[in-house]
Parts: sequence; C-alpha cells; structure tokens
Amino acid sequence: MIRIDISKKLHGATGVMNLSINLEIQENSFVALSGESGSGKTTLLRILAGLEEADGTIEVGGEIWQDAKSKLSTQKRGIGFVFQDYALFPNMSVEENLLFVKNDKELCSKLLEMSELSELRGRVPNSLSGGQKQRVSLCRAMMNRPKLLLMDEPLSALDPSMRSKLQAEILALHKEFGTTTIMVSHDPSEIYRLSQRVIKLHHGKVVEDGKPKDVLLKTSGSKKFSFEGELLEIVKVDVIYIAIISIGQQLVEVVISSSEAKSLEIGSSVSVSTKAFAPILS
Amino acid sequence: MIEFFQTIEFAPFVLSFKLAATTTFILFIISLPLAWYLSQTRSKVKPVLEAITALPIVLPPSVLGFYILWALSYNSPVGAFFEDVFGIKLVFNFTGLVIASCFYSLPFMVQPLQSGFEALNKNMLEASYISGKGKVETVFKVALPNIKPALMTAIIVTFAHTVGEFGVVLMVGGSIPGETKVASVAIYEFVEIMDYSSAHIYSGIMVAMSFIVLLSVYIFNAKQIRKVGGIA
Repeated sequence: MIRIDISKKLHGATGVMNLSINLEIQENSFVALSGESGSGKTTLLRILAGLEEADGTIEVGGEIWQDAKSKLSTQKRGIGFVFQDYALFPNMSVEENLLFVKNDKELCSKLLEMSELSELRGRVPNSLSGGQKQRVSLCRAMMNRPKLLLMDEPLSALDPSMRSKLQAEILALHKEFGTTTIMVSHDPSEIYRLSQRVIKLHHGKVVEDGKPKDVLLKTSGSKKFSFEGELLEIVKVDVIYIAIISIGQQLVEVVISSSEAKSLEIGSSVSVSTKAFAPILS
Repeated sequence: MIEFFQTIEFAPFVLSFKLAATTTFILFIISLPLAWYLSQTRSKVKPVLEAITALPIVLPPSVLGFYILWALSYNSPVGAFFEDVFGIKLVFNFTGLVIASCFYSLPFMVQPLQSGFEALNKNMLEASYISGKGKVETVFKVALPNIKPALMTAIIVTFAHTVGEFGVVLMVGGSIPGETKVASVAIYEFVEIMDYSSAHIYSGIMVAMSFIVLLSVYIFNAKQIRKVGGIA
C-alpha cells in the first residue's frame, strides 16, 4: 500500500494554490492522474520522486519516504520516472542509457527485446525517433525494478499511431513486472485502456476518484455520445447548413439549422452530442 | 633562417605556456564545483557570487595587480603567514604569478562552464538522480560529457587568456628572466629599448599561436554541435 498525505503551497499562474492530497494506492495497480494544467499533477509526481519539497508523509510498502522528521533522498527511493521530453543521456548509447541505471545486462536485454529496440542498442538518442526515444526512456525507468513508476504525460508528444503502440507496450511491461504505476494523462482513451483507477485533480485537490468507466463515461446514464470539438467552418448547401467540426484527430460534418448557424461562431469550442441507441462499431 | 631562429630566446614563451597550463589546471579544479553550484542554486547569494566572479573582466589589470601584490606581500596577513610559517615568498616569483593568474582568468573558466551546465536539460539531471546516482557521479558522467563544447571553450580560452595577460603579471611578477618574464612582458621590454625587430618576431609568434588556438576551438565546437546537437 502507498499512503500519501501531503500539502504544499504552489505559486502558479492563477495565484497561490494549496496542493493538498490524501490518497491510498494499492500495490501493483495502475493509476491515472488527470486534470487541467496547473492543477498540481506534475508537482505531485515530483514530490513523490523527492524532487520537490512538501509537508506531510509518504509511505510506500511500509517504508517511510518522508514524514515530519526525515526525508528519503531521491536516489534512495528506488523509483522509475518517465518524462514527457524523454530526458535521455545524449552522450550514451541506448544500451548505456539503460546500464547507467543498473549494470544488469540480462534485464537490459529483456527490456530492449520487449520494446523491439534490440537492433538500436548501439545508437545514440539523437538518431532515434520520438517514439523510439520514449521507449528507451520507459525501459530505462524499469532498469532498477522500481517500487513505483511515475510517468508525466509520457505519450503526449507522440502521434496517435505511435501513442497506441506505446500504450500496448506500457501495458505489457506493467503485466510483466507488476510495478505500481502513476501516470499523468489527458487522453481519456489512454486512461481507459491502461488504468484501473483515475484520480482527477482540480486546484490542488482530488475532485474525482474512481474506476475509469465511472469517471470518464459521464454520459452513461443518458445514453448519449458527447464530443468536444472545434467549429472550423459553416457551409451553406442549398437550404441546409453544414458545420465542419474537428473532434480529436478527425473532421466531421454535422447538419445544423439556420438559427444554429447564426448563433455559432467559427473557431469556438462546441459540444456535439447525439442519442446512441444503435451505433455502428467497426 | 635557422641561424635567425637560433637567435630567438624562447624562454619567455616556455614560461608563458607553463604559467597558462598550471593556471588552467588549477582553475578547472576550482571552477568546476563553483560553476555547478551557480548553475543549480536558487539562492539569493548567486548574483553576488556571479558579480565577484566577473570582476576581473571589468577591473583594470593594474587594480587587480595592485591588490594581489599587496595581499601576497609581507605587508598583508596572507603574505606574512606564508613567509613566516612555510618560508614561501609569494611575490616576484612563479608561485605569485600562478596565484595572480588564477584570479585574473577565473571568469573565463567559470562562465562558459556555468552557462553550459545551465543549458542542460534539468529533467536529464533529475533522471540521473532518480537512477540513484549522486551529484558527483551525475556531474562527471552526465553533465560534463554533454557540455563538451562549453568545456573546450572554458579550457582553451582560459589558457589563451593567461598566455595573453600582461598588466597583472608585470605588477605581481616583475620581469625576472626565466622566473617571471613571460612573452608579453618580454615584448614590452623590447619596445621599451626600441628593439623593434625582436618585438615584431615575438608579437608575430603570439598572434599566430593565438589564432591557431582559437580557430581549433571553433572548428571543434562546430563539429561537436553537428554531431550531438550539443550545447555551446
């Protein structure tokens, strides 16, 4: 069990905010941390890593990481951390990046094989693609068999197909090693696919905490599809109006009435919803 | 031609290079922790330390030379201590020159190292701490290898700057042949006694050497940046 009870004053863009978190996390579980930017997600991760100071206690598997009297240094916590910008060591090859953490050649080979990086083991990070770099970073974080794996938006800089591939890899690694994982993510599909629990922060406080299904599928009761998108253009075709809306990575056309066409503004954020009695899945 | 070169006294050049090499070595050891501290600290004393470090750039060499001369002489507690306890005189000898040069060239070692360290990805350094590595190991295995151009600049410019110093050296060391008479002082003396041909030869050698040194730094840095996308 991981017990977190911390508080810290943050000076953000919106003035002073009090980060105050009290959580218990099951071992071997996969927790997603979500919430708008500036809500304290990254800071919470950094506090868990010992990279930032905070008041309170952190206990991981019976070991005190910090309390009123003492604070365990980052070096001694035995964690893995995956940064959004990979943070690889440019002066070392892929293999050396992993072995720098721990000289465990067997684990290194296994991880490289699992992530299909074996052939790139001698390459330096700057010659790799974004997706490859993040896979190296993920492998590096696993090298000391961490008690806790922290990931700060690990996939948000990658394109959708690479993201989906890496999600599968993260899941495979989680199954293989059973590492307790906390991942910051904004992507609902990613959270749904990977995590067993999602915690939503707002202004430094936990506002939602539950199964991804319950937290993310807000519209489950009304049987509606609801998507947030950006209105790109309104085209008049004969007597009807067609709105072109960008939802996620996709553009859709929606028929709207003339009064809607007048009230909507190009470039504004809109919500597209419909009843979903018999949707087609393919 | 050979005879002509045999008439040139190379001792001042040898002395200049010996002084520059010693100074660069000592300054590297002193500046590494200082530059690292300055690059990582958020303390309020940082600007104060930075200003002190940069002072030798703006101060006239005569001011710096005067203070160092005073501090190292028997008139000051420091000079008196070294002479009474160890029997070492610190002025008008090579030791004094090294101490003076270390003050004079300090910013040229600290500043490139500091900006190199500051330009490093903070997450990368944190990744090293998270991997269980301490500060010293992180500096030597992660930070320094990734600021090679800055490291090269710091070492070479410090070396070249020490070879090129004149005012401080003259004040603290005087002009004792083989002990404190470095190339720049030798040139000054040639001009003073109106031996312009020797002054020309010495000056020409200095210009050529300085140019070659600087050129090699810039070529090295250009190659490094192309290779690893490194930080200058």
